[in-house]
Amino acid sequence: MNTANSTKHHYAHHFESAEHEYQTSKFGLWLFLCTEILMFGGLFVGYAIFHHKYPELFKAGSHFLDWRLGSLNTVVLLISSFTMALSIYYAQMNDRAKTLINLYITLICGFIFMGVKFFEYSHKIHEGLLPGHLFHYAGEGANAVANLPLYFSFYFCMTGLHGTHVLAGLFLIAWLIVRTHRGEFGPKYYTPLECVGLFWHLIDLIWIYLFPLLYLVG
Amino acid sequence: MAFDRSDLDLFIPLTLFGRLEEVLLGSSNHHVIPFRVYLNILLILLLFTVVTVVVSRIDFGAANAFIAMFIASIKAGLVLLYFMHLKYDDKLFPTVFFISIFFLLVMFAFSHLDIITRVLENNIL
Repeated sequence: MNTANSTKHHYAHHFESAEHEYQTSKFGLWLFLCTEILMFGGLFVGYAIFHHKYPELFKAGSHFLDWRLGSLNTVVLLISSFTMALSIYYAQMNDRAKTLINLYITLICGFIFMGVKFFEYSHKIHEGLLPGHLFHYAGEGANAVANLPLYFSFYFCMTGLHGTHVLAGLFLIAWLIVRTHRGEFGPKYYTPLECVGLFWHLIDLIWIYLFPLLYLVG
Repeated sequence: MAFDRSDLDLFIPLTLFGRLEEVLLGSSNHHVIPFRVYLNILLILLLFTVVTVVVSRIDFGAANAFIAMFIASIKAGLVLLYFMHLKYDDKLFPTVFFISIFFLLVMFAFSHLDIITRVLENNIL
């Protein structure tokens, strides 16, 4: 309970009330999430078509990924979503210390996710398991199935776009931490927490689909 | 034949904008989801992750992808309803979101119809 000196937020003059501003911001963010769904949707539709055409290719490709690392990243992202939701919960409870702790845990989970991704990517790049004509892997199973580079085109495009979103999310969470330290959020005003939270949960949502599609189903 | 107000209400975009005004100017009574609910949802999500991995080890043939997507959709639904607060938010937000999901399904369905009904002269795709 550390909000005695919290800065008071004044809603912008073109809104009728703080609630009007809150709901409008959230509505705008949901519209943004719709465009995100459609952007990722293009990749998912492409994946579905090629998976339908070459099921054996995707099965063979998924064997080059480590499902344990994929599962680890799934668990890490789920926990980060949980702590992100808790940071809003504690802002509603007017508990700045716990809001901060949960934001820090979310940030750390995001970094763990990117760390695992970095490890996976560097391994693939080292082995030559790259998209399209960059592919130069010559080890075990390289010729077991035709068009293996196509699988890695999907792998790098989908996880790359997703990873870019995680990085953007990390910047936004760092920004939230700075503002929480300044005591700008409380039960009466937590719109940025709510909106970044929604964005972060969408990243989690997309990973929930990417994980079985790339690592498991094959 | 003059249009009265009830005719206009049937016109979906107008009703949506009517709702928009109502929601955006609405009174402040933010629902606070209890801590236990968040924790339970996390545990269910982790459980479903284990289920996804275990189920992927069993070969159901053509149903493999369907089962994986079904479990993923349950997880996505829980995240949307509880972590993203859709369950307690105004129904305007899920409506707008599911319109985008609907159009994604349209894109999905029509591109599949195109691909599977093609007569290929040389099998490139």
